[in-house]
Amino acid sequence: MEPTNTLFMAKAVIILVVFAITLGVAAYSTYFERKIAAFMQDRVGPDRAGPFGILQPLADAVKMFMKEDFIPSHANKWLFIMGPCLSMLTALMTSAVIPFGDTVTVAGVTFDLQGIDVNIGILWVFGIVSLGVYGILIGGWASNNKYALLGGIRAASQNISYELAMGLSIIAILMFSGSLSTKTIVEAQQNGHWNIFYQPLGFIIFIVCAFAECNRTPFDLPECETELIGGYHTEYSSMKLGFYLFAEYINMFISGAVMATLFFGGYDYPGYEFVANKLGETPAAFIGAGALIGKALFFVFVFMWVRWTLPRFRYDQLMNLGWTGLIPLSIYNVLVTGIGILSGQPIIAGIAGFVLLILGLIIYDQLTVKKKIA
Amino acid sequence: MEVSNYWYFLSGLTLLSALMVVLSKNPIHSVLYLVFTFFCISGHYVLLNAQFLMAVNIIVYAGAIMVLFLFVIMMFDLKKNIPDSKTNLTKLAGTVVAGSVLVILVAAFRTIQYPTPDESTFNPNNGMVENLGKVLYSEYLLPFELVTVLFFVAMVGSVMLGKREVGDRNF
Repeated sequence: MEPTNTLFMAKAVIILVVFAITLGVAAYSTYFERKIAAFMQDRVGPDRAGPFGILQPLADAVKMFMKEDFIPSHANKWLFIMGPCLSMLTALMTSAVIPFGDTVTVAGVTFDLQGIDVNIGILWVFGIVSLGVYGILIGGWASNNKYALLGGIRAASQNISYELAMGLSIIAILMFSGSLSTKTIVEAQQNGHWNIFYQPLGFIIFIVCAFAECNRTPFDLPECETELIGGYHTEYSSMKLGFYLFAEYINMFISGAVMATLFFGGYDYPGYEFVANKLGETPAAFIGAGALIGKALFFVFVFMWVRWTLPRFRYDQLMNLGWTGLIPLSIYNVLVTGIGILSGQPIIAGIAGFVLLILGLIIYDQLTVKKKIA
Repeated sequence: MEVSNYWYFLSGLTLLSALMVVLSKNPIHSVLYLVFTFFCISGHYVLLNAQFLMAVNIIVYAGAIMVLFLFVIMMFDLKKNIPDSKTNLTKLAGTVVAGSVLVILVAAFRTIQYPTPDESTFNPNNGMVENLGKVLYSEYLLPFELVTVLFFVAMVGSVMLGKREVGDRNF
């Protein structure tokens, strides 16, 4: 019973640490979002609370907790409370299967830096992502406000539409690794064989879908304030609103980690072997965990960068892009990947497929433009 | 803790939430209880070591189909539909149909007597993705492909129905 117990303790510690990191990153994402926005718009941003405004998330949290927690009289009370809870729950559950690092040995116990290594890891991520919409949908309906309802309905149809393209872009990855386990997918990418070189198109499809699933600009139609006041959280105040916003930042970080796992080699970094030889396996694995978190943070930055650069889509444009743009593209990607694997030249096939696609788009564009002029 | 204890707990939860689907007055609550029922059924799949089925059950039923259910029900004006939408006749018919389905199911299970697998020859990896894929693409290839054709027909049909024809209004 003894080894099981120590392993259990180790896993419990990992889960706690992952929780702490996720929540901390999410809290500081709010600060960095405002700092980055300020930088892009040539402002200063928050700088009052502590040096460089570094205590701003704490101040915001205190503000959120102190505000009046209001439940509208016509709202469905329990579902109104359940909405933000479900959002937080689904946002936090995905990180269970992300491999944060290789095997480490601490105090004589050898374990993986991963919550659970199941043989359906990717499907787990996918399932939780598809559940993520419930929080928004329930909160939007329970508010008994037509703008909130419209926001919730927009979120639901958007998530369902983009899940398909996301799943199809993951299929191309699965064709390489031959396994649904996230650990195996990462192990297949060690020593610089990152999937991004094999799957440039798949990555673009995946990141666009990730933007849509996280309800981030340019796809933040569910909370489009020019049309819907505040969207699904119009009626929310105090920490319930805080949980909705917090869940969004957690989703960003986790989807960044998933992208790093699937396309950027997970915890792999240049010079892994060298560090492992010099310092031993355990420090190398911990640096790997740091590398994975660094990659995820880079993607969080990309999310913010895009938010303060691009305007919002119109809703019919969003649906058009999802159904007539991304789904055929991802089927094309699966075909190209199949050709690459059969011909034994996956890198060349991947890049050639990408170039062919862009050439085809340019030619098509030129032809239609000439027709329009003539 | 014994595995059978988990089984009793899960089964009780499943039955309770399934009952609540029928008994709750608010259709939204019904749908949410149904989602919870699917989760319990997924738990049963995990106990049977069929993790792939568990994940697919959540993705397809809880993640897609029930979202659409919720979506449609939210569009209704619930206050208008609640009282007297069910007459005594429909209640009676529902009871008869459900009762006869129950009787048939119980009778069928009693006659089939599904054999308990032999512990020495049983492969615990039966429910894993690899085995499932191999079985689907070798033994059951024709039915599998026929199902895909069926899905394709359904997809094309829904696109046809949803398509706006020239001259139609936008909504």
